[in-house]
Formats: sequence, structure tokens, C-alpha cells
Amino acid sequence: MLLLTCPYCGVTAEETEFSAGGEAHLTRHGPGSSDHDYEAYMFNRKNPRGVHFERWRHAYGCGKWFLAARDTMTLEVLATYPAQTSEPPAEVIAKIKLKRPDWEGYP
Amino acid sequence: MSHRLPNGGRLIRRGKPQSFTFNGKRMTGYAGDTLAASLLANGQTLVGRSFKYHRPRGIVASGVEEPNALVGLGRGDRYEPNQRATTTEVFDGLVAESQNHWPSLDLDLLSVNNLLPQFLTAGFYYKTFLQPRAFWKHVYEPIIRRSAGLGKAPDDKARDPDRYEQIYAFCDVLIIGGGIAGLQAALSAAQSGARVALWEQTAHWGGRAPVDGVQIDGKPAQNWIKTTVEALEKMNNVHLRLRMMGAGVHDHGYVLGYERITDHAPATQAPRHRLWRMRAGHIITATGAIERPLSFAGNDVPGVMLAAAMRDYLVNYAVAAGNSVVVVTNNDDAYRTAIALRKAGLGVPAVIDARAEANGALPQEARALGLRVLTGRGVRKVKGGKRVKGVEICRIDSAGTAHSEVFDCDAIAMSGGWSPVVHLWSHCGGKLTWDTNGHFFRPDPNRPPTGADGAGFVTVCGAANGVMSAVLADAHAAVVTALGRQDLPMPAQDQLPEEDPLEPVWIMPRRAEYPLRAKMWLDYQNDVKVSDVQLAAREGYQSVEHTKRYTTLGMATDQGKLSNINGLAVLSDALGQPIPATGTTTFRPPYTPISLGAIAGEARGAVFQPLRRSPLHDWHAANGADWEPVGQWRRPFTYKRPGESRDQAVNREVRNAREAVSLLDASTLGKILVSGPDAGRFLDMLYTNMMSTLKPGKCRYGLMCNENGFLMDDGVVARIDEQSFLVHTTSGGADHVHGWMEDWLQCEWWDWKVHTVNLTEQFAQIAVVGPKARLLLERLGGMDVSADALPFMDWRAGQLGGFDVRAFRISFSGELSYEIAVPASQGAALWERLMTAGADLGIMPYGTEALHILRAEKGFIMIGDETDGTVIPQDLGLNWAISKKKTDFLGKRGMEREAMVNPDRWKLVGLETLDGSVLPHGALALGKGKNANGQAVTEGRVTSTYFSATLGRGIAMGLVAQGPERMGEELIFAGPQDKRIKTRIVDPVLYDKEGARQNV
Repeated sequence: MLLLTCPYCGVTAEETEFSAGGEAHLTRHGPGSSDHDYEAYMFNRKNPRGVHFERWRHAYGCGKWFLAARDTMTLEVLATYPAQTSEPPAEVIAKIKLKRPDWEGYP
Repeated sequence: MSHRLPNGGRLIRRGKPQSFTFNGKRMTGYAGDTLAASLLANGQTLVGRSFKYHRPRGIVASGVEEPNALVGLGRGDRYEPNQRATTTEVFDGLVAESQNHWPSLDLDLLSVNNLLPQFLTAGFYYKTFLQPRAFWKHVYEPIIRRSAGLGKAPDDKARDPDRYEQIYAFCDVLIIGGGIAGLQAALSAAQSGARVALWEQTAHWGGRAPVDGVQIDGKPAQNWIKTTVEALEKMNNVHLRLRMMGAGVHDHGYVLGYERITDHAPATQAPRHRLWRMRAGHIITATGAIERPLSFAGNDVPGVMLAAAMRDYLVNYAVAAGNSVVVVTNNDDAYRTAIALRKAGLGVPAVIDARAEANGALPQEARALGLRVLTGRGVRKVKGGKRVKGVEICRIDSAGTAHSEVFDCDAIAMSGGWSPVVHLWSHCGGKLTWDTNGHFFRPDPNRPPTGADGAGFVTVCGAANGVMSAVLADAHAAVVTALGRQDLPMPAQDQLPEEDPLEPVWIMPRRAEYPLRAKMWLDYQNDVKVSDVQLAAREGYQSVEHTKRYTTLGMATDQGKLSNINGLAVLSDALGQPIPATGTTTFRPPYTPISLGAIAGEARGAVFQPLRRSPLHDWHAANGADWEPVGQWRRPFTYKRPGESRDQAVNREVRNAREAVSLLDASTLGKILVSGPDAGRFLDMLYTNMMSTLKPGKCRYGLMCNENGFLMDDGVVARIDEQSFLVHTTSGGADHVHGWMEDWLQCEWWDWKVHTVNLTEQFAQIAVVGPKARLLLERLGGMDVSADALPFMDWRAGQLGGFDVRAFRISFSGELSYEIAVPASQGAALWERLMTAGADLGIMPYGTEALHILRAEKGFIMIGDETDGTVIPQDLGLNWAISKKKTDFLGKRGMEREAMVNPDRWKLVGLETLDGSVLPHGALALGKGKNANGQAVTEGRVTSTYFSATLGRGIAMGLVAQGPERMGEELIFAGPQDKRIKTRIVDPVLYDKEGARQNV
């Protein structure tokens, strides 16, 4: 059971206090979008061995959604940050690069 | 025969005899015995029958790794199958029975399977039951079901009367294993000031060091164990726990501990088991090692035992496994058993050593005691059926075609070396390395399981680390590494005689011919032999994981604790590759089986899950409510009057709502306040229709879809004022819809100024339904509820009978209807007032079933009945509720997909049986012909079906291919027992088509 730190309220808590929301930084493709874009938005998900950006909600705490960069192989939580961003902020990227020099970067 | 010796036994109290029964036979053991020790002391070497062949089986081990001695424990409500006799402490009144035999343990007719080994070889599940196909249902499946599992399942009427609980705990360092390594690790960690927890799965500290004659600082290990435990007990930062197994190591230092509190003392008032949910900063495993059996023909005959287990029984319980014991080994350690047996005055005709030479300190000591040591030899086969009678010896490098010597004996001690217990290290991803000196897998310290910070969070020490001597130094070093503290006091020194290296022997003799290999057991519990694994390899199985599943090696309740290494060594040999190239199967928690009671904890009965009660719950309970679970709510299905059946009550409630006036508790309905300057814009995205144009004081029905375009929720939105809306959701959907809103507001449109609050539990909501509803409300006095002042689909705030209310003119029944919302605390009072004021109008409450029937008569859809997550609003004829003006809303793009605009989609219609009967739930409409799979084609299904008291016949709604274009057509629905039900497609609105009754 993972330990995560909510970037809003600062609480570090058990996974059961959060709910997972799948891949982060998806671009919504609504009416007028191509089948290809809509399919990518709805169904195509990354499944990397390594750094993954994902959505979490502090469901049984402050209720806020936040994002996490997590290594799917080692389970290391590289960073958590607020959800109000369409891509990982520079300081999160820097933090990951520091720990994973071989990481190919975002996206 | 096995028996109790007159002296010795470090763990037993001879002054405290304990009486128990085995298969109804009365036996006596001593306090401190395990059941296995007591059984052996009573001469009971035969304890069970094997899984496939029903071969006689005896006790092999002395701990959790025991594969054979599984018994049914207890009686009636407390009966529990498959309990290991080796980990069950004996107590006065214990009742045990052996398993997997018919009619009795001694005479098992199913051992006929033993004569048909070809029938049950590797993969027999896949090979045997294929043909003829018709045999599957009536022949093969019943046979498989009857022979599945070892123990009997408890009676289905049995109810476990014991209590179980769970506890959360935290520590800096958790040490699992209370042998000398674990004790030293706890001591060193405690000296650092850290909060320390130490868990030991047995009832005793010190592990097997006292049995093996370990000396610490020149004195017997027991002295050091005693002082160390006493020192730890005095430290405030140390928490010691016996009978507590580390069951699993999970992500980020989460550990499950399984504590057996009263298994050995059933009369006590404590919970039986406790599941510890420990969050540890660092974990040190000191879980020791498990001895490996040797693979020789007949190695499963009762009386063949692991050498160290035999030593355990002798030293700990003063139990001799036999009068005359032949020891078979490939290492020095087993000589300890030979020496201990001899010193106890028992016969040891020979020590058979597979190695060419045996000149270490222990073999020398054995020879000095006069024991005969035969090197370069192995067991050809064991003589005996229900117990060992002798053993044939041959050259280790031979094919075993003939024996060189025969020994009479009644027990055999075997040792194939030791395997570190690496399970807990591996549970969360710790990797292993093959130790070429010890010939075992041990943890690779460079590849530990990693925690949230990316650092390793498990360290291993002692025998679990592959360290068999200088164990205390290893434990100390583990703590120094884990905590990064160099300043801790140095540990004591443990000494054991030097041992010569073992020589791996995976098959004995090495070139054994087939008849011998077909009697060499690898997995005792699942009856997997050397020949089975070799057959799997010949049939192309290369992956150890596939071989495991094909042969069932290691898949029994012991999870292959004895068999895995031997099995994969045999597989590696058959594949012609080194053992590390084959690798191990995955180690998964729990380490040994834990009770379902402990997993459930207190979560049973009334506290299984939280119960949500409406503010009117108590009134319902006092007035005949026949409850129905709706999510976590309980809602009255109907209110039964004395003498009434469920159906009669429902029909009465339906008629009364249509003819007089009735009340429905609608409090469970979701109520979410959405406010802010962008609230209208937000609801326009959430709903398929336009909400921003709604005027304050007005209500509008709306549909919510997910991004696939599938219908998710529906309900009435009331505009409170310019900036706020009250969103009504379904009872089950409130939390989900609120979460859905927050997701979009926080993660997609975070610059929109909208605030949401889930007010579901803040209000009681009472639907006043029926032609006399207005008359009733007027009697209460207060706000004007006339058609002019409060028309259909309007709402007003005001007072009714002195209560502050919001009155909504909305109807889910098709009748004149007001939904009256009051603060939750006022709900019961308003309800009682309405019941009193309406007494002479024939007022009565109705439940959820009448609600369903009333809405179905009107053709109103219900989320979860007409929808199932694949239905779009257009399927339900709800095109009128989908805005054409809006450029975007959630689900709009999804509805544009090719499959969603296909004219052949199943669409909503009403269904009327020709004979007036009620269609079965979920019944399918039969089309013409068969599909590609040879199944009957279907062209529709029933989504809602009821008896309508209003119309006096069965009514239904369903989804039918091109349904709305087929009005009046007849369909055939399939019922139970191949019944065919003729049905006509009709308009789903069956009652008051113009909607006049609700709009008065």
C-alpha cells in the first residue's frame, strides 16, 4: 500500500485515504475532434516501466485532486504536485532528471 | 515406533498433561507440545492421506513448512479444515481429525489411485477430461469437485462464534523472526533509540539455536536468549510479540502481521486472531531457513522426516521419531541429528552420506560415538507402506538398479541442505541471487524492495540471509546498515563447529531409472513427483511459472516451502541449464495461510459496512418497513400491514397513490448545491440539455452522460437564484456525481468560478403524491400551493404548517406531486404531521417498489434499470433532452461515434404480454437463426417489468432492435424452463399519455 503526500494539505497518508484517477495530463478532445484524437483521449493510455504521471484524489482527506510522478518499477514517488497544470512543471521535471538521469523526458 | 522419552524436552511441562482426541481416539500430550509432537508421542506416525494418490502420509517437518500433517480441528461452529499439526499447540479438549480418506485413515479405498499413476501425471487436468465432450457435465465435473481440496469445508450453516480484530501500528524498525538473529537485531535497533517491534511466529524465543547446540560467548544459547529477552522487555521503545507471523511485506513498508491469540487457549475471552496492519520505517527479516528434503524413492512413507525436524522433536519435546533411525544427508548438519539420537539412546544403524568424503567435525564426532558412516551412497528406495520398515542403499552415482545394502529401521532422517526463507524479502520485489557455496537462493542486497523515497526498506540477516554462523554479527551489521549508526554496542559471539560444504543432490541416486523417479516426491501435498517435472520439461515447458501450473508443483497450501528448490533443480537439470537460469516462482503473501476471520476483522454483521439512515428511518422501522438495500442506504421496499403479502402491500400502495394521497421518503435523493458566477456554464457542460437558461423558481429535468456518451445519472435541477442551482441526483449516484463535478472543476476547468457542496444528508425530502396532495398541503396552512402560485415544474420557498420548506412541483409518479424539503432534523416531525392531517384522506406511505411501478406505468426511465453503462439517451427516446444548440457538453463527442448513430441499436419500447402475465427480469427476445457461435440470435431484452395494479396486468419496458419503428409487432421472449412468451411492442407510456394528471 503506497504512501503519498498531498501537495495541498501536506498530509502523508496511506493509499486507502486516496483514490487513483489514471493517467495525468490527458488532453480533452470534444466535439469536432478526429476519431484518432478522441480515441487517444478516451482509451489509449501509457503503461511505462518507469516514470509515470498519474492522477490521485485525496478523497478521504481534503478532497483535492493532485498529480504524482511515480516509478512503476521501483514504486518510488518522485514528486506530487497540484492538478492545475496541463504538463509537469519544470521543477518536477528537474527532480525526476536528478533521480533518473536516463529518463527520456516528458511526454 | 515413535514415542515419548522418559527425560528431557525443553519446551514441555510434564506436570501438565493435556487430553485430546485424534479421529475419536483419546490421547495425552503435555503442555508445550505441538499437536504433531503429541501425535508422535502417542505413536501416531500416519496422519493423513495424500491429495491425488491417497498415499499414507506422516509428519515430515516441525514448523510452518509441514506439507502432510493437515488436520480438521474443532467441531461444529468451530470446525476448521487444513490446520497444520506442527503449528497447533495442544490443549485440553482439542479435537482433531485426519483428512482426505474414505472410509478411514487406515483403510483408504481411494488409494486405488496409487495404482493408476499414469492417469494422474503432470497436466492430467488438461489431458484427461477433454473427451468425450458430453462427459464433462455429468461425469468429469462431479468427480473433480469431489476430489478437490484436502479438508472438508465447514458446514454451510456453521457460524464462527469467535471474535477477530485488526489493529494499526507504527514503528521505526520491525524485525520479523525471533531467533537469535532477530533478537540481536532487535537489541541493536533498540539501543539506537528507535521504536522497535519484534515478531515471532512460534510461542518461543530463540529459534533453533538451542536445538542445534549453538554457544554464545562460550555458554549455551539459551542463557543469552533469556537475558536478551529480559533486557528487551525492560525497554520502553521495544514491543515484543509471540505467536505473530509476518504474513506479508507490501508497498512502502506496509506489513501484515497475523497474531494467533487464543488458538492455544480457547476458553479465554480475547479475540481469536488479530491482524496487525503495521507501517514500518524499516523492516529486518530474520526468518531463518527451511531444510530441504532429498528426492529418493519412497521419501513420502510415514517415518521419513527432515533431519532437523527429528532433532526438534527430540530436544524440544523429548519425542523420538523411531527406535532405529537411518540418517541420509548431503551435508554435515544432519550429523547433529544422528549424534542427538545416539546420545538419547536410540538406534542409528547408519548415516548415509552422498558425498565422497565426510571428515568435518560433526562426522568425526559421529564416528567417535560409534556410528557407521557410509559415504558416496544414497537411498535406492524406502521399504514399507504405512510406515518405514527399512531402507535399501546404493551407490550415489548409479542408476539404482540394485541395492548394495539394506538396513532395517522405523524412521529415516533426511537432509538435502537448507533454503533461506526469502519470502518476505521477495514479496515486494526484492531480488535473489544463487549462492554457489551454499547452493541456495539468498537475497541480493543490491536489489532490495524500494519505498516511497526510492531507498531499500528491507534488510535480511541470519540464516534468512544465507549466514549460518556468526549470526549475531550479521544481525548487528543489518541494523548498522539500515539505520546508518556506527556507534551501537558490539554483539556477543555465537559459535558452531566448522562445517564442510554440502554437495547438491537433487535426485538420489543421480542416474535413477524411471520406476524410482516415479516414486520420488517433490511436492508432498499436491503429489508431484520428479517424473512429473521431467515429463513437463519433455513436453516443452521451460518457464518455471508454467511448469508450476502444469504440474501443480508448489500450488498447495504450503506454497512449496519444501518442494520449490528441489523442483526447479530437477527442471533445470531436465532443461540442461543452471538453476539461476531457471529462477524461482513468485513469492506472494501471505507467508502461510491466515484465517478469513482475521481478514474480515470486526467487519461482519451490523458493522460489515456503514448503514446510511434517512431522517425518517425510525418511523419506517416502526411502521412495517420491509427493507431494501439501496447503496449503503436502507429504503422501505414496501410497508406491510398485518396479514398482507409483499405483493398485496405493493399493489395497495400503487392504487392509493393514484386514487388518494401517499407519502414517499425521497430523502436519499442526491442534493448538490452548485453555485458561483460560472455555475450555469458548468451545468451546461455537465447536462445534455441547457441549464443556464433556467429561471430562478423553476425546475428542469436533465441527463448526465460520461465522455463515452453513455447515460450516467438523471434528475431535476432547481435554480435557487442567479448564481446557484440545486442539482438532484439518483440516490445511488450522489457521491459519484459530486466527485465527477469536482474532477472537472479541479482538473479541467480550474479557472471557472464554481463551488459545489453535497447537501444530501442535510435535508429530508418528502414526496406528497396523489390527486388529494394539494388538499392535504392546504390543510397544513402556510404558502400558496395552488396551480397558479406553484405550477408544475416550479419550486417555492416558504412555510407549511410552521415548517420552513422548499416545495418542488415535480413528479416521478405522473400524479399531482409536491416534493417538500425540510432540514433533516425536521423531517420526522413534518412526516408525522402529514400522516395525521391526511388520515381521513386515506393517506399512507409507499415504498420503492410502488415508486418503480408508478414510474414504469408512466414510461419514466430508471438509471440502472433502463441504463447499464452502454446506453445513450437516444436509445431511450430522450432526444428531446439533448441540446442541439450547445457546441459542447460531456458525452457529445462520444454520441457522434459510428456505433452510437447506428439505426439498428436497441431502443426503448413498452412491452405487453399477450396473456397479461409479468415478463421475467432480464428476459431476452429471440430473433431468427443462430449467430457465428451457434447461439440463438437475440433482438432485445427486458429492462423493467412489474405487475401494474393500476392496469391489472403485467407491464414492462425493454430495449429492442429498431423498437420504436416496430410498434404493434409481436416478439417472443425466452422465459425459464424454455418457456416462450408472446409479447407485443407498445408505447412505453402506458398510463395518462397526455400527462394531464401531474399538471393540475
